[in-house]
Amino acid sequence: MGTKSVELRSTGRARAPVPTRAVMADGVKLASLSCPAPLTTRDRILLGHGSGGKLSAELVRDIFLPAFGNPTLAQLNDQAVVSVNGSRLAITTDSFVVKPLFFPGGDIGSLAVHGTINDLAMGGAQPLFLSIAFILEEGLPMETLQRVVASLQRAANDAGVQIVTGDTKVVEKGKGDGLFINTTGIGVVQQELELSADRAQPGDKVILSGYVGDHGIAILAQREGLEFETTIESDSAALHTLVAYMLNTQYEGGAPLLARVARTGNSEVCTSGAIRCMRDPTRGGLSSTLNEIAEQSRVGIEIEEDKIPVRDDVRGACEMLGLDPLYVANEGKLVAIVAPDAADALVEIMRQHPLGKEARIIGAITDKSASLVTMRTTLGTTRIVDMLAGDQLPRIC
Amino acid sequence: MKFLDEYRDARIARTLAKEVAANTTRDWVLMEICGGQTHTIMRYGLDEILPKQIELVHGPGCPVCVTPLETIDKAIALALHPDVILVSYGDMLRVPGSNSDLFRAKAEGADVRVAYSPSEAVKIARANPDKKVVFLAIGFETTAPANAMAAWLAKRDGLKNLSLLVSHVLVPPAIRALLATPENRVQGFIAPGHVCTVMGYSEYEGLVRDFNVPIVVGGFEPVDLLEAVLMLVKQLERGEARVENQYVRSVTYQGNVRAQEVVREVFEIADQKWRGIGMIPNSGLRLSDAYADYDANRIFDLDLISADEPAECISAKVLQGLRKPTDCPAFAIRCTPENPLGAPMVSSEGACAAYYHYRRHAGSLTKIAV
Repeated sequence: MGTKSVELRSTGRARAPVPTRAVMADGVKLASLSCPAPLTTRDRILLGHGSGGKLSAELVRDIFLPAFGNPTLAQLNDQAVVSVNGSRLAITTDSFVVKPLFFPGGDIGSLAVHGTINDLAMGGAQPLFLSIAFILEEGLPMETLQRVVASLQRAANDAGVQIVTGDTKVVEKGKGDGLFINTTGIGVVQQELELSADRAQPGDKVILSGYVGDHGIAILAQREGLEFETTIESDSAALHTLVAYMLNTQYEGGAPLLARVARTGNSEVCTSGAIRCMRDPTRGGLSSTLNEIAEQSRVGIEIEEDKIPVRDDVRGACEMLGLDPLYVANEGKLVAIVAPDAADALVEIMRQHPLGKEARIIGAITDKSASLVTMRTTLGTTRIVDMLAGDQLPRIC
Repeated sequence: MKFLDEYRDARIARTLAKEVAANTTRDWVLMEICGGQTHTIMRYGLDEILPKQIELVHGPGCPVCVTPLETIDKAIALALHPDVILVSYGDMLRVPGSNSDLFRAKAEGADVRVAYSPSEAVKIARANPDKKVVFLAIGFETTAPANAMAAWLAKRDGLKNLSLLVSHVLVPPAIRALLATPENRVQGFIAPGHVCTVMGYSEYEGLVRDFNVPIVVGGFEPVDLLEAVLMLVKQLERGEARVENQYVRSVTYQGNVRAQEVVREVFEIADQKWRGIGMIPNSGLRLSDAYADYDANRIFDLDLISADEPAECISAKVLQGLRKPTDCPAFAIRCTPENPLGAPMVSSEGACAAYYHYRRHAGSLTKIAV
């Protein structure tokens, strides 16, 4: 399911007038309270339901799958791969509600294109066409829309995909938040290619394409007015050329990046099913992605803390805000689960691509602790890397 | 990263753990007070590299966890008032009250905003003169000065629409209460470094004298905590009981005097209920009479309510270091961070939540050699 709320949106939201349960006098009077019962999460939608963590997974499990369940949907990949007249089509859809609309390293327009392309690319698809639907709030400056549209077009051009259909709705002032975008993407997948999060096997290696946490911290720093010595930029990028390079496929018409990258003799190892699955660790961060793979493949994943690259400024921001970079969103990174004998060669190949320069093996699939992600700490001890219930919250002290 | 990497250095940590082992001849039970320290111990698995004789038990120093149910209930009721903007530290939003939490109140239409600093509540009050802004002022001595400043600024500027719902707790009275219980097992304490950055550490001298127990002010990184353990073990093995300061890069004997002044100006010491433990005399702060106009408890008609934890929850024993979270039959089964039965599961710094997030698998782990 590709619904996406990129970040915690906890401040300054418009509020609908809802009657209160408390009895009102001059001040507030509390109704009498009984013995506390465990709270269920099912009576209302909370912000955490959009965080990509456990609450999001609960929505999918309890509401969406029972209603829409079918074998394609049940695979729960970032994209659905379906066969039509002998062609394999990949379809994905995604909504973008990021605030602020413009941030260092990108904006809601480029993010929408990159995010949708990446969901297709993680299935090994060549992205071809996008739809763009806008939900605009009454009063939005036309100049803002024009900037976003220009950015959408630029990002689509750069990525070699076409925006072929769209829709516009306008909601009353106060009923939206400036501008929301929904995108759908369609691509084609090679006949023999099978990438799915349920294919990880004990012994496989976990490859990460680069630094984690850049996007989430760039957004948070911009939103909260935090200033650092350098500006932290979002890593928002379209990963399909990196994926094509990893899969040793050349698109028709070719993305311009490919021509500049020299290939190694080792690239053949990756074409024969050595890559089990790929995921882009967006909201919920690296930890949520790894937990999803561990869950769907019913395997354990063990990663090594000192192998996970985090930029110094991102680490500093996380320390200040009390956040763990493993849970912070990325928009231009991928995780690949790869057969052990192909892993080193694949890392070499990825490092020749501009978006994979920092690629490395960060861990392995194990047969112990099924569905659990553990991490070997820098001290040599082991701890769990859990999936969060909802959004990470800044701690009090 | 400078000033962090050296305190997470694996080689230094292992050297310290070895030195602890070399100095330990018998079993010792040590308690770290602060939830941030518990978090580091679990996150880095420090108990795995310490000798078996050292048992670390986890203290009540998670401010979110020990905030009483009724304070949460009051905050939720206030937040649901259409004229109120409730401003809170982020990690309070998920803490369950008797039958809701602030996230749910927000979903029901309450205006709940997350602040990194109490001064943001002052800004929100200035920007919304037609609203009543309530800041949920919780925490230990660490957050007291900044929370006090919010009230001080409001009074200085004549802001009429800002008030504080205060639930402040103090560390030394809690340690005294723990030591006074007949079941106490704790033989040495790691005092909370951030609290002592504000308050200094003179107020721990009375505890050392009265109970003959060593107390070391400790930091929050792995090397800090291992060094604090080493300092405690050395004292215990020699039969000494003194206050020592491991966290010298932040803590001085007298603390931050100006911060203490603003706390004394705005707050006064009061009896305080701790979630999971109960009432501890003189263990909290409330707004002084001079600041009555800024006290949400006095300006809103908030009935006294009393609510108890579910009987199955053993949090009182966990927070006193008598039991481990994993001793609880409900742990990770009926009690999880999504549906906590009790205080230490509610914040990521609570002892039960730290075990849940980092160590549910611990049963299958063996101690590794250092």
